[in-house]
Amino acid sequence: MKLDVVLRIVTKLMLPFMLVFAAYVQFHGDYGPGGGFQAGVIAGAALILYAIMFGLEQSMRVVPTWVVEKMIPAGVLLYAGVGAVSFFYGENFLDYDVLGHDHVHAQELGIFLVELGVFITVAGTMIAIFYGFAGRGREE
Amino acid sequence: MEAVINMVLLTLLVVVTLGVVRLRNLFAVVILGSIYSFLMASVFIVLDAVDVAMTEASVGAGISTVLMLTVLSMTRVEEAKPAHSPLLPLFVASATAAILIYGTWDLPGFGLAQTPVNTHVGAAYLERSIADTGVPNVVTSVLASYRGFDTLGETAVVFTAGIGVLLLLRRGRSRARLKKRQEERT
Repeated sequence: MKLDVVLRIVTKLMLPFMLVFAAYVQFHGDYGPGGGFQAGVIAGAALILYAIMFGLEQSMRVVPTWVVEKMIPAGVLLYAGVGAVSFFYGENFLDYDVLGHDHVHAQELGIFLVELGVFITVAGTMIAIFYGFAGRGREE
Repeated sequence: MEAVINMVLLTLLVVVTLGVVRLRNLFAVVILGSIYSFLMASVFIVLDAVDVAMTEASVGAGISTVLMLTVLSMTRVEEAKPAHSPLLPLFVASATAAILIYGTWDLPGFGLAQTPVNTHVGAAYLERSIADTGVPNVVTSVLASYRGFDTLGETAVVFTAGIGVLLLLRRGRSRARLKKRQEERT
């Protein structure tokens, strides 16, 4: 891939900020706008930008296809798993109170885990769809 | 001030929509779609729906534009001439628009405190969120705690969409590979 050197350098400079911003949106979602869904999309967009600038092979070395394909169900499983844990402690499904020693802590932990699950699934899906489209017509 | 911003944004939305309808160059249409999403994100910010604005900007203007451009690289850039006359779709669209606009006459004024939206559960969530969950952003507490079931369903929808698209794309590819292998054998 021979692209403009300015674009490549700017991309390299921007990528860490994009990833940190995704982490900020993820973990600061309790206090500001954002959450797992938005953070997942931003993280996915960072990798897609990398793939556009440096080629699909290069980005598949950073995040291989099998990792992406495991991420899609892993997030849903994490989410449902949090529900199942409270289920087996004798509470209602997705009742976070069993996760911590007091009510507010348990809620925050529950919300954190659930948002993490959303993040994993959304980021995985975005990257997987992009890989699927961008890799098409290449092997034929 | 807010009225002026709203007017500018909504006028731009109409202009962009007309551009999307008129243009035959799909590349320009995709970029206009991205601009449309950015304008919608600005409208959401004016409406104080920052979370939705963020999603619109990242999904609508970001990811879907990239995916559309990727698809464009596989097809022709010029839109083909429609095979049938556009009169019937135009009629359906205008009739639907007329019904929707007629429906807005009965809506309560924007942001009124006495509307059902602001008097039932919404007010209860706003009051109890901190005590119940310790999360100041009520959007997050409703999304992940009060309505955890719904969000689990949404995540499952994203999962299903991802798996579906992957299966569709993968099937074509593995078939092509199979064909290649058979050709090599013969």
